[in-house]
Amino acid sequence: MLAFTVRRLLLAILTIWVISVLAFAIIQLPPGDFVTAYIAQLSASGASVSEAEAVSLRELYGLGQPFYVQYAKWIVRVIAGDFGVSMEWNRPVGEVIGDRLWLTMLISFAALILIWGLALPIGIYSAVRQYSIGDYLFTLIGFIGLAVPNFLLALVVMYLSFRFFGANVGGLFSSEYELAGWSWDKVVDLIKHLPLPAIILALGGTAQLIRIMRANLLDELRRPYVVTARAKGIPEYRVILKYPVRAALNPFASTVAYLFPYLVSGSVIISIVLSLPTVGPLLVRSLISQDMFLAGTIVLLLGALTVVGTFISDLVLMWVDPRIRHQLD
Amino acid sequence: MLARLFNAKPAVEDAATAEERVAVASQLKLTWWRFRRHRLAMASGVIVILFYLAAGFADFLATMDPHDTESARSYAPPQAIHLFDDVSLRPHVTVLRARRDPRTFRMVHDQATKVDLGFFVEGYPYALFGLIPTTTHLLGLKGAQPGETLHILGTDRLGRDLWSRLVVATRVSLTIGLVSVVISLFLGVLLGGVSAVYGGIVDTAIQRVIEIVRSMPTIPLWMGLAAALPNDWSVTRIYFAITVIIALLAWTDLARVVRGKFLSLREEDFVTAAELSGAGQLRIIFRHMLPSFLSHIIAATSLALPAMIISETSLSFLGLGLRPPAISWGILLQDAQNIEALALAPWMLAAAAPVIVIILAFNFLGDGLRDAADPYG
Amino acid sequence: MVEPRAPGSPILSVRDLKTYFQLDEGIVRAVDGVSFDVQAGRTLGIVGESGCGKSITARSILGIVDKPGRIVGGEIWLRRGADQPVDLATLPANSAAMRAVRGKEIALIFQEPMASFSHYYTVGNQIIEAIREHSDATPRQARDRAIALLDTVGVPQPERRIDEYPFQLSGGLRQRVMIAMALACDPRVLIADEPTTALDVTTQAQILDLLRGLQQQRGLALILITHDMGVIAEMADDVVVMYLGRAVEKGKVDAIFHAPRHPYTRALLRSIPSIMAAPRTKLATLGGSIPHPFNRPAGCPFHPRCDAFMTGVCDRAVPAALAGPDGSEVSCFLYGERP
Repeated sequence: MLAFTVRRLLLAILTIWVISVLAFAIIQLPPGDFVTAYIAQLSASGASVSEAEAVSLRELYGLGQPFYVQYAKWIVRVIAGDFGVSMEWNRPVGEVIGDRLWLTMLISFAALILIWGLALPIGIYSAVRQYSIGDYLFTLIGFIGLAVPNFLLALVVMYLSFRFFGANVGGLFSSEYELAGWSWDKVVDLIKHLPLPAIILALGGTAQLIRIMRANLLDELRRPYVVTARAKGIPEYRVILKYPVRAALNPFASTVAYLFPYLVSGSVIISIVLSLPTVGPLLVRSLISQDMFLAGTIVLLLGALTVVGTFISDLVLMWVDPRIRHQLD
Repeated sequence: MLARLFNAKPAVEDAATAEERVAVASQLKLTWWRFRRHRLAMASGVIVILFYLAAGFADFLATMDPHDTESARSYAPPQAIHLFDDVSLRPHVTVLRARRDPRTFRMVHDQATKVDLGFFVEGYPYALFGLIPTTTHLLGLKGAQPGETLHILGTDRLGRDLWSRLVVATRVSLTIGLVSVVISLFLGVLLGGVSAVYGGIVDTAIQRVIEIVRSMPTIPLWMGLAAALPNDWSVTRIYFAITVIIALLAWTDLARVVRGKFLSLREEDFVTAAELSGAGQLRIIFRHMLPSFLSHIIAATSLALPAMIISETSLSFLGLGLRPPAISWGILLQDAQNIEALALAPWMLAAAAPVIVIILAFNFLGDGLRDAADPYG
Repeated sequence: MVEPRAPGSPILSVRDLKTYFQLDEGIVRAVDGVSFDVQAGRTLGIVGESGCGKSITARSILGIVDKPGRIVGGEIWLRRGADQPVDLATLPANSAAMRAVRGKEIALIFQEPMASFSHYYTVGNQIIEAIREHSDATPRQARDRAIALLDTVGVPQPERRIDEYPFQLSGGLRQRVMIAMALACDPRVLIADEPTTALDVTTQAQILDLLRGLQQQRGLALILITHDMGVIAEMADDVVVMYLGRAVEKGKVDAIFHAPRHPYTRALLRSIPSIMAAPRTKLATLGGSIPHPFNRPAGCPFHPRCDAFMTGVCDRAVPAALAGPDGSEVSCFLYGERP
């Protein structure tokens, strides 16, 4: 069990490292160097930068030195919490991102909970009542959920609500709370706005998970231990819930590990359509305007948080699976 | 699998019954028979073929030059096609001709006129399959005056014909998926196969790489990579760069499938038998193992394609994938991104329809293929 | 060998049982008209090659045939003490009445102890569940009883083992736990479906000893399903030989072994390795293999592999069961009337 944890932890750290290299590559990719662009940006806004300042900036970022030196300098600053400066906003990147990162995670997490809550009972129903009308119905809905990319769904929901209710359903806050500091009322407001983006984000994943749960359970329902349980004379519903469902739950739970990155990815796109104050719109804007420190930082932080989330879900999974728990002996 | 189970020699030498046909059929034949039973998958297969045909004949199906802009036609709504004029069969559309007043430069609308529809009419010049220069199009207006144009699905902000753009976009969106799938299939089969065949440290390393790729939120990463493509690249170059980026996102699933199949097949009796009879490693892989999971690969491919198409559409939708003047479904949907445009011209959402239809079709097809390939899996 | 008791009235009587599977490809007649009686304190061996319908027969008795399988005909009479006998074939599979029979009156031991346990619960949990389902025992009482049961079946350190997971036990131990679970509610009929197939030879002998001992202590009626003639010889009082869903021969174990009548039974007996045989002689095998169920031959299902095959007779009609001495039966044209 310890070995398992350590292995997972090492893998998570390795993954975060790979992400950080990729993130830095993204920062480095655009032609020209950052300091020149930054100075040009500053002079355009009226401030002037002396030659000495420019030299010290170049020194700070290790420009002109090999990639790995620049990377090392950058990662050391990142670990210290200094993500660099956003050119477009002329403010430290950390400040620009602000609450947006947590809101991204919040939406993804809400969608995850929703997916679980929906896919589990529907998957069980569909497997136990295989080929029933309900099964076909859910399969159909599931296929639609699978086929409609969530940004399209967001577009359609936007259009319909605009058309029939005349309301813009975008955003996560009512206008009066948008710029206000955090308060209890703001949290309540957020909770009110959360369901719609969460549902839109959850649909595709729910469809996928229903299929996984259904297939796993169908598989487990044919196992000998189910016959054993039946032969004991236990009522059918208890046989199913206690044995095959428990077994099917495991691969189901492990799907969280890849569902979470997928949700974070998805949230980036639907945020743009629904103009949610997450990192999504910020990322797209920074990428288009080549505000690379902002873009790179967002990629890094999103990636790192996703990996941490996956790691935690792995640990939970390990705790609930006796086979992994007892790997010690 | 089933073939081996059924391989009991037919006991009775009587007429070739249906049972005996099952007993002697090859793996591929059995797969095909099982596949034929999935009506939905069969229908989806037909739809997929139709889509690719449409992609091949995109210009022939287009009614107007998809790049032809005309501000006078901005956001023109779809025209209804009338089959009958009073009682006689005369397919036509009612065209509201708009023209610029030569002196005031203002738009004036002439009275609505009925213009006949015709098949195989003259239109903008193009080269069929990039080879045969022609001007014939399947559908168009007969004897149209200048300014009289056909817009089955309306026009966009720049007055470009949406239907024509949609069919031309089909070509880009469908082929980008195909090329990506080929690249990721190559990566997947190669790495999955290597992982399974060599095992040990190679396997572990490849497995870790797969785990790492799978635990990253891919879209932000690929967005970053796509955004870094230089602005001055040509449309074709961007197209291939995007293809590669999308393929990098998808190969892990295929690699897992291939590795899993390789590993389970290696334990099978017929592989052991081949080994014992002295067949070489390559011969075993290509002659014995590959045929028995070819159908799995086909199924996995057809399930991977929709993800590719969604990736391209999403990236282009965000303005980070293909760039105009290229036309893809994502680029068309990009025009429908803001609520104002949608409120003004809801037909801009038309590009969503082929996306949904083709993704559904590929999913049903893939499911049918997978069931047929592995009825017990 | 156990001294067979005097045959009384059977606890369980199966009459002309038919269990079919309705598949897309056609109907599979997994069990096609099987009859036998089981008596308290006696062991009935059901023997045949894999795929002959032995296991489906056992599951039919308990009403746990997987879909699309269904009992389409026949009767399964269970006699319980002074009560009226009940026909299990008429009880709905999930009815309370049927569930009261499962585990309580008739218990089942499976072939693969590894796959027959859930690996998400301790063995104790899975035994206690059966006890509490059929009695009012408190959790404490049920646990004590489970420990006692484990002790009975020879599991060492039952207090500790009860909290272990199936994957932590050895194969033999798992099978003992499986037997303990089957005995949880003092059933009167125990069906053991290939109980030793997945075990090594020494463990096999121990498990068979255990079953025999338990049968003597508790007066169990035991149905032993196996493909192993050796196990039959050692354990059974009465034998049913099955081929392709039909009972081709029935009789006392001595009669079956010393005077087999059906060509299939004879072929099965020839295929037992014997230490009496001369060295390096080839072991007799049964030619061909069981035809696929969809490919069921016309006439006597065994005729393509039969060494006494009579053209124009055996491939025309299905032989009826012919009663012989001492309650024996054989279905073969060698003995009865020919068409």
